[in-house]
Amino acid sequence: MNLDADVLATVFVGLMGLAILVYAILDGYDLGVGILLPVRADQEADRDTMIASIGPFWDANETWLVLAVGILLIAFPSAHSLILTQLYLPVAVMLAGLILRGVAFDFRAKAALDHKLAWDRTFKAGSLITTLSQGYMLGIYVTGFQWNWANQLFALIAALGVSVAYSYIGATWLVLKTEADLQRRAVQWARSAGRITFLGVVSVCLTNLWVNPHVFDRWLQMPLAMFVLLIPMLCFLALLGNDMLLKRLPKAGDRHCGVPFALVILVFVCCFSGLAFSFFPEVVPGQMTIWEAASAAESLQFILIGALVVIPAILLYTAFSYWVFRGKTTELHYH
Amino acid sequence: MLETLLFSNLLSDTLMLSRIQFAANISFHILFPTITIALCWILLYFKVRFDLSGNPVWMRAYRFWVKVFALTFALGVVSGITMSFQFGTNWPGYMETVGNIAGPLLGYEVLTAFFLEATFLGIMLFGIKRVPNRVHTFAALMVAIGTSLSAFWILSLNSWMQTPTGFEMRDGVAYPTDWWAIVFNPSFPYRLAHMLIASGLTASFLMAGISAYRILKGDPKQAPRVALRTGLAIAAVLTPLQVFVGDLHGLNTFEHQPQKVAAMEGVWETENGAPLLLFALPDEAQRRNHLEIPVPKLASLILTHNPDGEIRGLNEFEGNHPPVAPVFFAFRVMVGIGLLMLACAWVGSWHLWRNRVSSPWMLKTVVAMTFSGWIATLAGWYVSEVGRQPWLVTGVLTTADAVTPVAPANVGLSLLMYLALYAFLLLAYLHTIRLMARKAVQVEEFETAEIVHFTEGAKA
Repeated sequence: MNLDADVLATVFVGLMGLAILVYAILDGYDLGVGILLPVRADQEADRDTMIASIGPFWDANETWLVLAVGILLIAFPSAHSLILTQLYLPVAVMLAGLILRGVAFDFRAKAALDHKLAWDRTFKAGSLITTLSQGYMLGIYVTGFQWNWANQLFALIAALGVSVAYSYIGATWLVLKTEADLQRRAVQWARSAGRITFLGVVSVCLTNLWVNPHVFDRWLQMPLAMFVLLIPMLCFLALLGNDMLLKRLPKAGDRHCGVPFALVILVFVCCFSGLAFSFFPEVVPGQMTIWEAASAAESLQFILIGALVVIPAILLYTAFSYWVFRGKTTELHYH
Repeated sequence: MLETLLFSNLLSDTLMLSRIQFAANISFHILFPTITIALCWILLYFKVRFDLSGNPVWMRAYRFWVKVFALTFALGVVSGITMSFQFGTNWPGYMETVGNIAGPLLGYEVLTAFFLEATFLGIMLFGIKRVPNRVHTFAALMVAIGTSLSAFWILSLNSWMQTPTGFEMRDGVAYPTDWWAIVFNPSFPYRLAHMLIASGLTASFLMAGISAYRILKGDPKQAPRVALRTGLAIAAVLTPLQVFVGDLHGLNTFEHQPQKVAAMEGVWETENGAPLLLFALPDEAQRRNHLEIPVPKLASLILTHNPDGEIRGLNEFEGNHPPVAPVFFAFRVMVGIGLLMLACAWVGSWHLWRNRVSSPWMLKTVVAMTFSGWIATLAGWYVSEVGRQPWLVTGVLTTADAVTPVAPANVGLSLLMYLALYAFLLLAYLHTIRLMARKAVQVEEFETAEIVHFTEGAKA
């Protein structure tokens, strides 16, 4: 196997995109569950179930973020440096959020009983800090690191939008994994979050077309437009269909309890494809393409061989883990 | 006066702040992997012993320690994620210069180690009732392999930064020429072995210490006694091994990074028959030591296996050697703790073997040594990493050339945030471990279900 640098750069941007998408879906739902955590003292049973539903998975989910940043660092080192120095403070804030929620998860189960509520609140706060800073960074990133007030406003809206989208997927995860009263409330959460997500997606689409003329041209260029416009259509259909379905959940025998989660994954895939289509091949919008940023072919070659062997294995044992913990969430014991 | 000057300089300097932040991050981070790398293998041992004998005492020991493991692992994961971002936020020059080499090594760590340990950890911690027992033991094995693989890759990269090989420089950027030479660079096997054994010692003293604490608090059960015996036995085997491997590692450093060894030994002028300094105050301004307590010719004997062997002094490397005092003292702390460990492990094991019951003074000594592994590991890493200065990658890139252009105020802000967070988390961790030990004292010896299982196991 001997691929030239340009092909390798394309392969790696594809892998990075896959890692980011999988991260947004997987850590998305567990961050969302964190945001939705009720914090009244008498709601401890709900919190236990909700946290139990993500317990076996959150750690592996977060690893996709490390992989995404890892690929950025391995394949596009100069873009990695540029992006992370530009986003210095929001990255630090996100890391603090990730640290807080990660440790709160373990401390809550082991601390004295009177501290458990405090750790649960820490878990919620950490989740929210993480999603807000991720959304803020996404907003700053797509507007090409311009620090004027309009972009700041856009980034703040993106921060809220991403947090709501994560809550949306988190709520549908709970519809899938929980029962009875908690499930009914999760259905309500999912409906509200879905509607706000709809508004968010529309406004991001319009802003993107409005501030980036070349993105506008690319989306509306015939005949490609006939195909790519399927992406937003599919996205809106999924959002609409989900809203209608959620109205009728839970059904007898808990039928279709997994469909909302699947539909939200479809929404995430559409949004992600839309963003990718808008900016490819730029790794930093308006500043740097993947070919300018790519590292040496011999390094990419070396890691690609490993990745091709290992990534299928990762997907296999990840699937195995989800299969082991299939069905409704039961109480979580560190045996 | 000097201190205020130094302090104001520090605050205005992105390089120094970034170095402090990275040191704080990595020091905090290493506390947790250094426990989990080895603790996971010990857990696997408990689990396998239980599978083979059916004796519930092994399961009891497993259950207590798997909780400690889960908490420690979580702290390791979250502090590790921070590290992966800091390469970009604080050391952009690092990836720009040696990214072609560091990138793939880090990538292999994520691909082969992180996913493996994180995914099977879920099954190991929460899946015991959902999968057959063998699959559960297999999950524990996968987590153990994952954590060790992680150590493999990250130590390979660290060693490459110390002793880089297998690359060429083109236009100021390193390009790989021989991956085998990069991964298995000259200092890697020694550093890996030294670190894995350090992890074994940290975990075994933690286990012995907390078990001794439980027994002192009146825990009548068998499980802490089994864990105490296991911890001390592992420590008794590993301490002499660590002395041997540490010596080999030192010889390797002497060959490839003589300036680091000169700082460790406090040797200023090149000397034949250099003494081993038990204590001294190195003075970099006057380039000499004060208050030396020497053992004649011993340093030469250890490093060259010849009492009159030559040790090259720091003055041969002027302007190109690490700050002397931190390396010199950290080395003595590491060796000192190592000797205490040796004494404690051997006396303790001998005592347990001879008397079968543990005396309070011995238990108290073991409790005092609970976190000795942390101190020795940190001291060892300071020797290694401060000893690499002024280079980030020896002979290729200096630390100063790699630092971020971010404003010092921003770095100061993030540093303060991290320090506050880490101090809080460390306290919470220690407090929770103590609490878990105390709670465990109250638990009944076995639940009825376990005893039924045991008698069935015994019949079979």
